Amino acid sequence: MSGTVYIPGDAAAVAMGADAVARAVAEQAAARRLDVSIVRNGSRGLFWLEPLVEVATPQGRIAYGPVAADAVASLFDAGFLSGKPHAKCLGPTEEIPYLKRQERLTFARCGIIDPLSLSDYVSHGGYRGLERALKLKPEAIVEEVANSGLRGRGGAGFPTGIKWRTVLQTPAAQKYIVCNADEGDSGTYADRMIMEGDPFVLIEGMTIAGIAVGATSGYIYVRSEYPHAIEILRRAVSIAREQGYLGPNVADSGKAFDIDVRMGAGAYICGEETALLESLEGKRGQIRFKPPVPAIEGLFGKPTVVNNVISLATVPIVLDKGAEYYREFGMGKSRGTLTIQLAGNIKYGGLVEKAFGLTLREAIYDFGGGTASGRPLRAVQVGGPLGAYFPESLLDTPLDYEAFAAKKGLVGHGGIVVFDDTVNMARQGRFAMEFCAHESCGKCTPCRIGSTRGVEVIDRIIADEDRESNLALLNDLCELLTDGSLCALGGLTPFPVLSAVRYFPEDFAKPAPARPAGASFPHKSTETQSWR
Amino acid sequence: MPQTSGTWNENRAVSRIRELEHLPGALLPILHALQEEFGYIDKAAIPLVAEALNISHAEVYGVIGFYHDFRETPPGRHVLKMCRAESCQSMGCDKTIQHVERRLGAKLGETTEDASFTLEAVYCLGLCALSPAVMLDGQPYGRVSSEIADFLIDNTQRRA
Repeated sequence: MSGTVYIPGDAAAVAMGADAVARAVAEQAAARRLDVSIVRNGSRGLFWLEPLVEVATPQGRIAYGPVAADAVASLFDAGFLSGKPHAKCLGPTEEIPYLKRQERLTFARCGIIDPLSLSDYVSHGGYRGLERALKLKPEAIVEEVANSGLRGRGGAGFPTGIKWRTVLQTPAAQKYIVCNADEGDSGTYADRMIMEGDPFVLIEGMTIAGIAVGATSGYIYVRSEYPHAIEILRRAVSIAREQGYLGPNVADSGKAFDIDVRMGAGAYICGEETALLESLEGKRGQIRFKPPVPAIEGLFGKPTVVNNVISLATVPIVLDKGAEYYREFGMGKSRGTLTIQLAGNIKYGGLVEKAFGLTLREAIYDFGGGTASGRPLRAVQVGGPLGAYFPESLLDTPLDYEAFAAKKGLVGHGGIVVFDDTVNMARQGRFAMEFCAHESCGKCTPCRIGSTRGVEVIDRIIADEDRESNLALLNDLCELLTDGSLCALGGLTPFPVLSAVRYFPEDFAKPAPARPAGASFPHKSTETQSWR
Repeated sequence: MPQTSGTWNENRAVSRIRELEHLPGALLPILHALQEEFGYIDKAAIPLVAEALNISHAEVYGVIGFYHDFRETPPGRHVLKMCRAESCQSMGCDKTIQHVERRLGAKLGETTEDASFTLEAVYCLGLCALSPAVMLDGQPYGRVSSEIADFLIDNTQRRA
């Protein structure tokens, strides 16, 4: 008896005990003299089912989860290697409704292939985008990306093709491709998942970008909180180099492109593109004045494409299937798919890749199953710490850049953090200011000083000191931050603050608890935590 | 696995600097390497790094001070990073953090008196579907209630 067992090596699966499960599977297989090969795949993104173990059968992959290490012997007893029934059996993975209802374009391979097998990558459609790009003129590659409607998935939503065109048209002896993998927004993990689950798609996307704009050098700037992603990327880069997909002669094209993986150092501001460039240059992560934009004067003063992980990882499918195919997904000016990340107090947290246009309510209830605590939902923060807090009444807003902007919110990187009715919104508003003060690079006064003053003003409101005039002062201060800050940190911090005031005024009208009471969430099943 | 942490040694520092000084924008990679080697960045490293990269002491020190990751004093034998960003807040991380702080007698950002643990706040580990999350000596853990935190600390202390 032999078989292939897939056990995710994704950091979130590991956080639920996947390493212990992998050890248990290896031990049981050895004890039973079975020829089992274990693949540490990426995660499918159904995190409440992690560790999600799959086996390859003639009928396709069969899933079991969540699997605890001490349940592994019973899986072998039940004959899971041939997909036999077991209490934890979920049936064919592809038939799990959460997965089946998605439109996985960027994440087409994530969780399916061995992340470090280049042959797996190629046999699942990898490097077809590069192959086509190498037959096109640089201008044609850029036009293909522009026509796809792809917009920056890091949060700002700037058209990727326009950025590329600017770099292409700026003459320079050296140009750079920089991948922004400083995914600091709470509630987001799509970048981490793709870097851990399908690193070659990012490498391919960067290579296409390099060939399109004439850049020979690329950097991936990954936050230090992601050690697993850094390790996998470094190995993937060196495999791609060994196999001739990176280096002086990419895929025998005569064109050069190579990548260096760099680690951040715990500064949220380095997710801002100019601060990231400063950091890559070995300086404090202070933002730069714009203009000049990085596309004209970027890394080391040279024209630089700075794109988010998901934007770059989407480029291969755009080139492979064509701009028309990609832009058929989506709504309005938001074309293609959004990688929604369900997080926080949510029953079925995970990655949902869908065409733009799904409403918040559909995401949270149809996929997420409502709150994890079972208590009523009270607030939702979309787009990270700089995103607005929406009340229940705004849940029918479609996930679309313009629709969110119209409601003074932002889609950002697609993270959705759900809060139940135990949340105190004055505390959340205060936290937004506190976070801004903690992470401010200090370059501009509204952000550096205004955020600290903001915390003080909110404290006075909470303490009921001259509440009305302090609320007016908070409004003024937020206006100043919006109009006078140099970048999005100071400029957008008013979003969570003012939305909390606007939609949850009752929380600002009563004294708040000294420290926030945590959501009263009884700890759920611990059986899946195999490291116990 | 405890964090790598050793006493300051100039020869080891110089050899780590030599490995990396040729890189464009070498300062962060060098500082990370030094912290990996010693657990923190000793003040004695500043002139060595400044000289290698031909920049001022102030520039090196300014970069060390800017980034939350870089420590200027040795950490405890184990480093527990606890996420206190919004997603983890929505699942009650504050309760877990308060519990751990009380139990270890150290606040976030501090090291216990016996130098066994350093507690650090972190703002997102990318495990937001499994909040609250922590990272203990580089290992991620999800759904960390006070009870689970106790288990992790007990286990670490037993091994120590």
